[in-house]
Amino acid sequence: MLRKFLYLSVLFSAFFLTLSTPVSAAGDDEDRTGFIMHHIKDSYEWHFATFGHKHLTLPLPVIIYSADRGLEFFMSSDFQNPETHKFGEAYAHNGYYIDEHEHLYSVEGRSFTDLSITKNVAMLFLVILVMGSLVLSAAKHYKKNGISAPKGAAAIIEPVVIFVRDEIAHKAIGPKYRKFVPYLLTLFFFIWIGNLMGLMPGAANLTGNIAVTATLAVLTFIVVNVNGNKEYWKHVFMTPGVPVPLLLVIVPVEIIGLFTKPFALMVRLFVAITAGHIVILAFIALVFIFESYAIGVVSTLMVTFLNIIELLVATIQAYVFTLFSAMYIGAAVAEHDHH
Amino acid sequence: MDLILPSSGLIIWQLIGFLALLFLLMKFAWKPILEALDEREKSIEDALKSAEIARNEMANLKAENERILQEAKIERDQMLLKATETAKQLVEEAKEKAQIEGAKMIENAKAAIETEKKAALEEVKVQVSKLSLEIAEKLLKKNFSEDAAQKALVEEMVKDLKLN
Repeated sequence: MLRKFLYLSVLFSAFFLTLSTPVSAAGDDEDRTGFIMHHIKDSYEWHFATFGHKHLTLPLPVIIYSADRGLEFFMSSDFQNPETHKFGEAYAHNGYYIDEHEHLYSVEGRSFTDLSITKNVAMLFLVILVMGSLVLSAAKHYKKNGISAPKGAAAIIEPVVIFVRDEIAHKAIGPKYRKFVPYLLTLFFFIWIGNLMGLMPGAANLTGNIAVTATLAVLTFIVVNVNGNKEYWKHVFMTPGVPVPLLLVIVPVEIIGLFTKPFALMVRLFVAITAGHIVILAFIALVFIFESYAIGVVSTLMVTFLNIIELLVATIQAYVFTLFSAMYIGAAVAEHDHH
Repeated sequence: MDLILPSSGLIIWQLIGFLALLFLLMKFAWKPILEALDEREKSIEDALKSAEIARNEMANLKAENERILQEAKIERDQMLLKATETAKQLVEEAKEKAQIEGAKMIENAKAAIETEKKAALEEVKVQVSKLSLEIAEKLLKKNFSEDAAQKALVEEMVKDLKLN
């Protein structure tokens, strides 16, 4: 069924491609596809839609901390043209400006820390709100009804909780898994809900942002290495069963390995989610490039199909990130048999 | 904003947000949820275990009943066997006794017959001797008168005797 659908879409696109005459002028391409990268990246304002020349946006707070001036609060709308919503050096405000590529600079070149509530930070708060209320309302059910059958939010949460506990934590970590279940559950639900909410129209690409995945990967790195037992460290610095001269090679590799694990976690989630968003938006962009209704029909079919795939990817990536975290923890706490 | 360069602001907010979420949920959500799940699993396990125990007890009870029934059957069979044996023995004894009794009675009858016979013979003897005496007396009386007459008389008497 799916395959037929795919074939049909490809056939349709090929057919209509020959019919439609591309009318894009050279300079327009940036405007036609620019929204893709704009969506993928973070932003100081939350842009929803543009009708003609009217922009539907949500201005977000720009928070700056600097040693000499302390905390400063502005709105993103302070730094842009009120009509075109364009940022630029020309719209500097209080000694700061945001350039066309949405970088915050100080006019005098002072050093500061940018703590702005950007689009992704706002999205982060939304995800935390949704996830917190979902899980807390599930917890309320258990507090009230004890061990009776789950209902409402608890019924949604429970199979996933059991899956994470039994299939991920218990299998990957072994007998000492209990301590790590809350962390893995939070990780799984955060990534899962973040991925799913990111698929909604107008949403930000939170879990496809490298800062987010890097933070999660670093947290896993800390959990793994804080809980690493004697055998784990011995395996890193004095790999058993390896002759001493070889240790000169093995030990650096093992030490690098400590860092490649979270690095892989970070890159995997970032790439999987970002790529998914780019592909979906690329199919939408086809409509603007070819300016054809026929392409619109095909793109819509493809985007629907890709959205379904992305629902799957959202869950798989949450599972994979959690599973690998659990496996790294498992390797750190395992009591190895002496070879 | 860059694609592959993490921005410090987002990292800080992500760290704060995620850790806050983690500790909040750890304390108020995951703990009660996981405890409730454990408790439920434990109660299910207990229920299954007690069901198993009840089933075993039932089976034991059944086996016990069966055993008792079997024993009762065996006992009944034994009792029946004994009863028939006793009955047979009684009949046998009765038969034996009857035979002995019969034999004794026959013996007694034989003895009585013998005695009767002896008594009868005795009486015959007495009669014969009486008759003989009578004959002898008559003979003696006639003997003195006539020899031929005597002979005729003896013959007549003997004839009479034969008729008797």
